[in-house]
Amino acid sequence: MKNQIPVSHIAQLANIPITKDEELRLESAFEETLTVVEKLQSIDVQDVEPTFQVTGLENVMREDIVDEKRMFSQEQALANARAQHDGFFVVPQVISQD
Amino acid sequence: MTAYELVCGMEVHAELKTKTKMFCGCKNDPFHATKPNIYTCPVCLGMPGGLPVANKTAIEWTIKLGLALNCKINVFSHFDRKNYFYPDLAKGYQISQYDQPFCYNGKLETEYGTVRIHRIHLEEDTAKLQHKTINGEKVSLIDFNRSSVPLIEIVTEPDLKSPEHAKAYGKALRQILRFLDIADCDMEQGGMRLEANISIRPIGTTELPSYKVEVKNINSFRFLEKAVSYEMKRQEIQLNKGVTPIQETRGWDDAKSETYSQRVKEDAEDYRYFPDPDLPPLRFTDEHINGWCAELPELPAALKARWSTDYAIDSKYAQVLSEEKETASWADQIFAAAAKQNVKPNAIANAIVNKKISAVVSDEVERVIVAFVALNQHERVDEAELTQIVSSVVSENADAVAQYKAGKVQVLGFLMGQVQKKIGKKVDVQIVKSALKNALK
Amino acid sequence: MLNTLTLSQVLKKLKNKEISHKELFADLGAATAAQNKKLNVFLTMNENAEIEAETALGKTLMGVPLAVKDNFCTQGIRTTASSTVLDTFIPPYDSTVSRKLKEAGAVIQGKTNMDAWAHGSSTETSQYGRTLNPRNPEYLPGGSSGGSAAAVAADMSIAAIGSETAGSIRQPSAWCGTVGLKPTYGRVSRYGVVAMASSTDSPGPITKTVEDATIVLNHIAGHDEYDATSSQTPIDNYTAALDQSIAGLKVGVIYMDIPGLAEVKSLFESQLKVFEELGAHVEYANAMDPNHAVGAYTVVQRAEVSSNLGRFTGVRYGEDRSYFGDEAKRRIMLGTYILSKGYSDQYYVMAQKVRTLFLQDFVQLFQKYDVLISLTSPGFAKKVGASEASAMFGELEDMLVEPSSITGLPGMNVPCYRDPKTNLYLGMNIMAPMWHESKMISVADAFEKHTNWNPWRNAEQK
Repeated sequence: MKNQIPVSHIAQLANIPITKDEELRLESAFEETLTVVEKLQSIDVQDVEPTFQVTGLENVMREDIVDEKRMFSQEQALANARAQHDGFFVVPQVISQD
Repeated sequence: MTAYELVCGMEVHAELKTKTKMFCGCKNDPFHATKPNIYTCPVCLGMPGGLPVANKTAIEWTIKLGLALNCKINVFSHFDRKNYFYPDLAKGYQISQYDQPFCYNGKLETEYGTVRIHRIHLEEDTAKLQHKTINGEKVSLIDFNRSSVPLIEIVTEPDLKSPEHAKAYGKALRQILRFLDIADCDMEQGGMRLEANISIRPIGTTELPSYKVEVKNINSFRFLEKAVSYEMKRQEIQLNKGVTPIQETRGWDDAKSETYSQRVKEDAEDYRYFPDPDLPPLRFTDEHINGWCAELPELPAALKARWSTDYAIDSKYAQVLSEEKETASWADQIFAAAAKQNVKPNAIANAIVNKKISAVVSDEVERVIVAFVALNQHERVDEAELTQIVSSVVSENADAVAQYKAGKVQVLGFLMGQVQKKIGKKVDVQIVKSALKNALK
Repeated sequence: MLNTLTLSQVLKKLKNKEISHKELFADLGAATAAQNKKLNVFLTMNENAEIEAETALGKTLMGVPLAVKDNFCTQGIRTTASSTVLDTFIPPYDSTVSRKLKEAGAVIQGKTNMDAWAHGSSTETSQYGRTLNPRNPEYLPGGSSGGSAAAVAADMSIAAIGSETAGSIRQPSAWCGTVGLKPTYGRVSRYGVVAMASSTDSPGPITKTVEDATIVLNHIAGHDEYDATSSQTPIDNYTAALDQSIAGLKVGVIYMDIPGLAEVKSLFESQLKVFEELGAHVEYANAMDPNHAVGAYTVVQRAEVSSNLGRFTGVRYGEDRSYFGDEAKRRIMLGTYILSKGYSDQYYVMAQKVRTLFLQDFVQLFQKYDVLISLTSPGFAKKVGASEASAMFGELEDMLVEPSSITGLPGMNVPCYRDPKTNLYLGMNIMAPMWHESKMISVADAFEKHTNWNPWRNAEQK
């Protein structure tokens, strides 16, 4: 595989923490997968449209009506939170602002 | 010294005032929620297994905005996933539109010139983050009431020529959103957010500059004007030194009256856009679009034109009275009623705008007209009082009287004025005239 | 031993009051107690199952307990998707499938082990240890619904729910010698199922007989307002497709010329005469090379996985991303790469074009044939540890079922041979056009009833 996957860059993009060891192990795993994936290039797809959805469905929409039965109470929403404070979810502060 | 001109485009986000969120049936009311995290469900909280279903009203409103801004409508459209990580983004991706936005290639007229609309698309809002220190630790508190509220994004071409132009565009856009009754645009709450992409180039050149500075999180039109103005100067200083301004994101610090650097963008973010497999695409027909067109209310520009044609309303009064949709509708009814009663609509407009009568939107149309008519009603005057005043004016102005008797009839006007002054009230001129004439016989 | 009964038998006997809940739960409990530690089938048991069953007697599914794969959110019952990221996650809501089953009167027996995040075809990537094949514990049960298939094969459960993205119902069913039915994509709601590849994920039943599968399918199929990809196409009464004559039906046999099939090829081919004896017309057919599906499926799946797993950050629930196992990390990262700038067109869009080619190929095949048949798996179950051999283990094992998975076709597995030495099974994959589950059910049912391979129709085989 000519194009090496830039593992540490991809890990950052994917928000996956990896160690240096893992980085090396992952490189070889990727190589194997990419070899299989690269074979796709050999298929003739000229004039073929991509199919993103096999259902053929279109215009599936919902009416603008409140669905009370599905809304969580505050307790339910927070029930699985790692940390909460006064009804909010809590995370360590992120430095960058957007 | 080179003279530069502004090259500026704007991106505006507005929260739609649908009853429910964009992809789930949770209540859409983040600003008035009494507590955090009370309007959530598996979908907008990004729980495992949650699936989006698109809000029909939000889509229709987006297309209506596009039609109101003279846009072309993409008859075949879909939603895409924009993937990135941030604590306020429940799913780790935002459902938005990438290559097939609902609307494109439109325009909005302002008093400073036309602004071309590049595209309008629909997406979902993020949760709200608050930074706090709790027990000595710096944390962010997250409220998902706002997560997945429908957000419309309007992007212009870099057509804005001045800070005033930018402000005028922002205000005109907000007015249309309110006229369509699809967004409240409360800027302090974040119901409408402004971003400006600012660069400058030497006057007379036509190429787009090689850089642009994005100024974000501007939440008032005043700040917008100041920020654009400041940036123009800051960039000019850099360019004159031979330095190309860094391509970056900046914020506006009103306390210091300056923009400040927030994030440097070396190259565009990699959002890994792909069509959202959970949402089937949308296909609109001509019937759909014509139907939505027919449902558009009269927009400010058309309203003002009609007022001018039908009622001869001065543009300065029209501007004020058409600002808010409710006021415009009320004024429109007043003008129509006035015209029927042979009362001059433009006079009433004047009276309302200049507060000569006290009139508010909640006042019934008839009451306003009655108040206006009363304002111009002539006051009664005692006949004896009038006779006495007329005689004193005649005796005090012997020269004028003599001129009148000699044939200079226009002197009567002067004498009438003197009588009116002495009376001190607004009296019917015909009464004054005949009283004088009698006295001068 | 009531735990060895089929679902259909249990429902009849409960209705006739021949058996009681108490007896049923006692036998299931004993079977679970005896085998779960070794086979590692269940991760979580529903302690309230028996109590819930008491209140469900009047309903259609009569309080029968069902095993549910642990990627279905079950309200109040821990749901992990076999990953420690969700070790403590207790969903505050039900998936549509579990809700519908509960409304019909079924109860949840427990949550079954799977490949973590459904990433695999062995159940070896589970972060809670692998599940073993009840037919022969030196072997794997297949995956990713390995726990559900094993639960049924071991008679620890009367019936089970699984999900398939590409083979995850049919392949473990083949390896464990059970029936596994993957409905048309969009036939059964995905709402509440931990998403793997959104464009192919399909929940479906894993059962002892074809009849049992139709009973379950009747209750879980149908449109769901919470799933925008679920279909409004009317559902059939699937039990009505049982006991139908298949005389005159045109059967196309595909994928027989894949290299490496070796002995299983002749074993499989020897079963085809059953259809001819029943009056069907059997013919070998040429289909598009399933190897192409491997690449296309791998790309689409990993791309969608990388996006779908973005929500697991440990903030609103679960643990942070350092808890992901190796397989999950590999897949997320590869998917991220595939979608990243400059590569999306090359891989993701390309794969979607290959998908179109497969769709077109099936259209022309179904113009000639009513159903298509192939081996489900290119061989018998593999030995424990086999999945570690290759990063592409899952996709290669599932090659024969990937074409029907990525095109959304319905397919089902029925046992079609048992090796007397190893006690391992071969499975037959029967496919029909979209929305034509009834056709494949009729064929599967006919095969099951006219052969002796189904262990529950022929008790002496076990």
